[in-house]
Amino acid sequence: MSSTFPQSAYQPVPPDPHWKGILECSAVEVFSIMLGVELAAFPGSFEDRHGEQTAIVGLAGALCGMVAIRCSSPTAKKIATLMLAADAASKPSMMGDALGELCNMVAGNFKSKVSTIADHCMLSMPTVIWGEHYEMQTFQSQEAFEVVLSFEGEPVWFSIVIQT
Amino acid sequence: MKKLRVLIVDDSSVMRKIVERSLRQAGIEVGEVLEAGNGAEALAEVQKSTFDLILCDINMPAMDGLEFLRNLSNVESAKGVPVVMITTEGSEARVVEALSVGARGYIRKPFTPEQVKERIAPLVGGAD
Repeated sequence: MSSTFPQSAYQPVPPDPHWKGILECSAVEVFSIMLGVELAAFPGSFEDRHGEQTAIVGLAGALCGMVAIRCSSPTAKKIATLMLAADAASKPSMMGDALGELCNMVAGNFKSKVSTIADHCMLSMPTVIWGEHYEMQTFQSQEAFEVVLSFEGEPVWFSIVIQT
Repeated sequence: MKKLRVLIVDDSSVMRKIVERSLRQAGIEVGEVLEAGNGAEALAEVQKSTFDLILCDINMPAMDGLEFLRNLSNVESAKGVPVVMITTEGSEARVVEALSVGARGYIRKPFTPEQVKERIAPLVGGAD
């Protein structure tokens, strides 16, 4: 994190229920601009769907927590292929990099839309998790918002977890 | 028209490729493109050779984009080379800081080729 961002420069911002809609808007914009794909609300149940690729970007400052994107491996590959064309198929590691960068952009776009945090919250570099059998535990109370959107008929989970 | 020698600095190889593709889609006359994964690698490149344009992420490991800019001002051969920051940062403060230490402009991710053209073309005199 930059030395230009002293701890004393911010006041913690409490979660706002409107952030779920802002997160959705941020995701739709990023996918539209970077992939040329229009995300829509995912119809029906997604309980039995898999999301074994997760990208996470941490938030620190006035807002502490993380933004995450989760999807299946085939969906992650489709996303990477749209971003990189043939390069994605030749280098599987690009899948994680692509998902991480999308997460970074969704987090940045979300941040810029919330005026109370835009100048007072920093983003970490993306982390990518492969596999879905894991649990995450934090030692502070937290609040989370999640939206599930349809990418070419497959679910993509977008979430923001905020430490309160 | 002379094709530009460009240095793209980003810790994501995906973003480096997207930035290069966007430059070409924007109609910028791009010739040789070199890549660096952080500010330290970029500094090594500018000390070895000259560039017509540098595009640089802000948030990177090892040496971030702001530190790279500060160091770049000490490289004689890089004086006058336009540096444009490409960042997800919604923070105006960091963008202002980048401009104050030598960046000539910035592009916020996500971006379209049209936005790239709008920001880059006036700096390199191309893509009219």
